[in-house]
Amino acid sequence: MALWLIRRLVQAGFVMLAMSLIVFIGLHMIGNPIDILISPEADQAERARAIAALGFDKPLWQQYAYFLQGALHGDLGRSFVFNEPALRLILQRMPATLELAVTAVLMSVLVGLPLGLFAGLYPHSFAGRTVMAGSILGFSLPGFWVGLMLIMVFAVGLGWLPSSGRGTTAELFGVQWSFLTKDGLRHLIMPALNLSLFNISLVLRLARAGVRETMPLDYIRFARAKGLSPQRVVFVHVLRNILIPVVTVVGLELGSTIAFSVVTESVFAWPGMGKLIIDSINVLDRPVIVAYLMIIVALFVTINLVVDLLYTALDPRVRLGGRA
Amino acid sequence: MAAREESPFARVARDFATSPVAVAGLVLITIIVLLAVFASLIAPQNPYDLAQLDIMDGRLPPGSLSGDGLTFWLGTDDQGRDMLSGILYGLRISLIVGAGSALFAGIVGTSLGLTAAYVGGKVEAAIMRLVDLQLSFPAILVALMILAALGKGVINVMLALVIVEWASYARTARGAALSERAREYIEAAENLALPRWRVVFKHLLPNCLPPLIVIGTIQVARAIALEATLSFLGLGVPITEPSLGLLIANGYQYMLSGKYWISFYPGIALLITIMAINLVGDQLRDVLNPRLQK
Repeated sequence: MALWLIRRLVQAGFVMLAMSLIVFIGLHMIGNPIDILISPEADQAERARAIAALGFDKPLWQQYAYFLQGALHGDLGRSFVFNEPALRLILQRMPATLELAVTAVLMSVLVGLPLGLFAGLYPHSFAGRTVMAGSILGFSLPGFWVGLMLIMVFAVGLGWLPSSGRGTTAELFGVQWSFLTKDGLRHLIMPALNLSLFNISLVLRLARAGVRETMPLDYIRFARAKGLSPQRVVFVHVLRNILIPVVTVVGLELGSTIAFSVVTESVFAWPGMGKLIIDSINVLDRPVIVAYLMIIVALFVTINLVVDLLYTALDPRVRLGGRA
Repeated sequence: MAAREESPFARVARDFATSPVAVAGLVLITIIVLLAVFASLIAPQNPYDLAQLDIMDGRLPPGSLSGDGLTFWLGTDDQGRDMLSGILYGLRISLIVGAGSALFAGIVGTSLGLTAAYVGGKVEAAIMRLVDLQLSFPAILVALMILAALGKGVINVMLALVIVEWASYARTARGAALSERAREYIEAAENLALPRWRVVFKHLLPNCLPPLIVIGTIQVARAIALEATLSFLGLGVPITEPSLGLLIANGYQYMLSGKYWISFYPGIALLITIMAINLVGDQLRDVLNPRLQK
């Protein structure tokens, strides 16, 4: 178990090292951030000073060595653009992303589960079929385009909801949150719905399949024969059993929801770390790109670790480490 | 009386045809591919030929007439480009990138998967560890990072998509190959002292194909969607080779002023393409799945 954990962490370290090296070399070959950062009117001396200040006068391997040295001390470099520590920049924007992702995941359960239950209980009805057809659409629709269409209908057309930003935020535990104010909630609803669309379809299908598998089982028949009301059978006996796979999958999807929020944040100008990384890539802000990479790898290693540990807790047949 | 021998292809075709929705999907795909291939003949305008564009025609709503009597059925973009023509040409790039990267990823992934299953040992462990690692990160993130390091471009996008997609082929190929490997025809081929590559590619591979075809179909749809997303974010294809995703991105800034058509119609084209491929993929999965066969 300890060996397994150590191996995972070493592997994660290797991934970070390899990825940061690739990004360093790649960005070096694409272009020079100096061209973007310095105004074209700057004279030669000014230019040289800026280049020296950012460390670009050193050979690339030396720049990388400096970065590694700093990284070991928890310093991932300063953003070229904001002139702030890259790590702080990203951590500042992380709550916005997490807020969006968690809301989206909650929404996928709150919308997907009832629809899935319904489609599973009445699979041959018109409404049940419509729900299923809708879920195929949910899988096929390109997320960013749906976001644009939501803006078109609800912001431009009907004028009900704002199209961008977080709105008014309120402080809780020293962090700004949108869901605490009415205005913030109005800003949150469209991006969260957009981000949850795929997961709604997923939960819906899982729930439907679960209901259809569970309904003919003996214990359900028995509960019915006992004279329990249909509501009680569905909401207590059936629901409890289909919740396990739903919760597992939703937990697994949290990681990719965070990853995919890059797209949603760009569409709705949501000031999270996804929007930050896209902006940084466009201006070749290397410290931020590399720092984002480190954080996201660490985040995913943690999520995968937790999921694997939860699996062993839920299903003792799964043994970590395997044959190796 | 012996039943007439039916070729595997004929059987698959017959089973496939049992779903009218899937057949409709296949017909749609055929039409879409034909539209993309013959875009230069069908499109009312060559969207890349600046001489044919008139900035005065910019941002016209669908159905408007141009200065020289051409009807813009789907409106125009900010450059005065006919959206219908732009979509037909964009479809071409989306399909090339999607199908091309899925094909390359299939070749790379299948070869590695078969090698893993056939050779075993350390080689297998190394390949499969790489697969696990790759699949533990969401596709969009990996593609994003690769493009951050490589920069824009059609070839770069395809490369990123291949790197993102090869792992699912490798996993499927290994799984199929492991169960086929134990069969007698492989043993027979080995006992004939055939060269290894021949056993793997002539005997093993054809029998592992069904699940790979299913994965391949779905991966084409995924690749098209991912390319569109990356291009929308400004990290995909360059402005000189606009795919559907880039067309949608171009319309983004005009959406708030109610000029919906620049983003709307390319999105519809994208949606229909992805959905048609998914419908065919779903049916292929049912048809080619040996567990469901009677």
